Amino acid sequence: MANIRDIRRRIRSVKNTRQITKAMKMVSAAKLRRAQERALAARPYSLMITNVLRSLVSRTDLVNEQTGEPLHPLLAQRPEKNILLVLVTGDRGLAGAFNSNVLKAALKFIAFFKDKNIDIAAVGRKGRDFMRRRYPFATPESPTRAGEVQLVGEHLNLLGKLEYEAVAEIVERVVQAYMDERIDSVYVIYNEFKSVISQRLIAQRILPVQEIGRREVVLTEEFTLEERERMGEAAKGAGISLKEPPESEEERRAKEFPAPGIDYIYEQPPAEIFRDMLPRYATLQLFQGMLESVAAEHAARMTAMDSASNNANDVIDSLTLTANRARQAAITKEIIEIVSGAAAL
Amino acid sequence: MDDTLQLDIVAPDKLLVREQVDQVQIPGKRGELGILPGHAPLITELTIGEIRYMQGGTLHYLSVAWGFAEVLPNRVIILADTAERAEEIDIKRAQEAKARAEAELKQAGADTHYEALQYALRRAEVRLQVAAHAGHVAPAH
Repeated sequence: MANIRDIRRRIRSVKNTRQITKAMKMVSAAKLRRAQERALAARPYSLMITNVLRSLVSRTDLVNEQTGEPLHPLLAQRPEKNILLVLVTGDRGLAGAFNSNVLKAALKFIAFFKDKNIDIAAVGRKGRDFMRRRYPFATPESPTRAGEVQLVGEHLNLLGKLEYEAVAEIVERVVQAYMDERIDSVYVIYNEFKSVISQRLIAQRILPVQEIGRREVVLTEEFTLEERERMGEAAKGAGISLKEPPESEEERRAKEFPAPGIDYIYEQPPAEIFRDMLPRYATLQLFQGMLESVAAEHAARMTAMDSASNNANDVIDSLTLTANRARQAAITKEIIEIVSGAAAL
Repeated sequence: MDDTLQLDIVAPDKLLVREQVDQVQIPGKRGELGILPGHAPLITELTIGEIRYMQGGTLHYLSVAWGFAEVLPNRVIILADTAERAEEIDIKRAQEAKARAEAELKQAGADTHYEALQYALRRAEVRLQVAAHAGHVAPAH
């Protein structure tokens, strides 16, 4: 029979664990809220740049009329031989299936483009570690490829305090590689996050730019209904809204930018502005993806910790029951001993 | 016509400034632009430099790297890659960046990215220049 003292000790230990998972859940909920706000605050700028580019498109010839060549190298479509894949995972674990979902999508992507060369740039430690075990590492400058699929870069601890400038630096190098024709296209795989219950994994092409203002999603992986329900429950328990946040005043104004139907003086030729602005469009897409991924990671961790706390509750309940039974059994045994002892006299 | 301008400065991660101002100076790519209320609609790129705006007799300073501005008679909207208010600039970091760029320029070889270094140097200089104004400005809020 189980020793009551052992069971009591286990209950105490599980209670301690529950304390930790509960705390982590609340911390993740707070971080999620902040991440959602950040993702929201980044929208007006992104919208405005997109709108300006769109309005510039109508004023510039994007294609050379004689040759049919696109005037901006980032618009140039080439046959895809070398692909750069930016893989956005988290730096840390204990986030349920968050990291493994992204990695699964990445493997699918790699299988999908199996006859191409793929360079992987890993954002987040989890993705780096996983890909490092699977594929060789090569510096982007090395003259020979280390393999059809190779790891070319890692960006750890970038997501914790995500700054636009840091993303801009990465994209600057990527754009250079694209213009030098070392890579023919750039994709990013991340966990898209609109709200806690509206998420999916996507592979999105960010270069070349085909149409401004339209996201080019090549692969998607939806969450199961069950997963969404779990996320929803955890969010409710932590006081997080399930709805997409309403459009902010800034966002509404950003949509009307630049003001339509006005005859502007252009200080620079529209083509020149367009040329300088287009790389920023790519940067913004990656930045937005990373912001959403951060929110998704916190949401996943919150959900995982909520489940862990619930499981701890179940374990405590069942252990308490076992402990009570053991205690009752011991009492019964003692009574029987006393009674039979008395009867023997 | 109203005699103030609404100035919005939007950075990638937030709305940095939304104020009614009397006058704005922006570093256009082809030279500085002074904008008063009633300016003709204009679109321009900004280069590294300082944005100054006058509000009720005080001048406020910001540093900006690349940006884009839309000017309307009663409104100026600036989209800036990176913009900082004078009082928010980390002087130590700017000085370090400046020293680093200068050192690298000095020992530059054939494979140096001169443009990138010049750019970094220029940015650090502007940030320091703008930061120097911080003491003269009443806190923005």
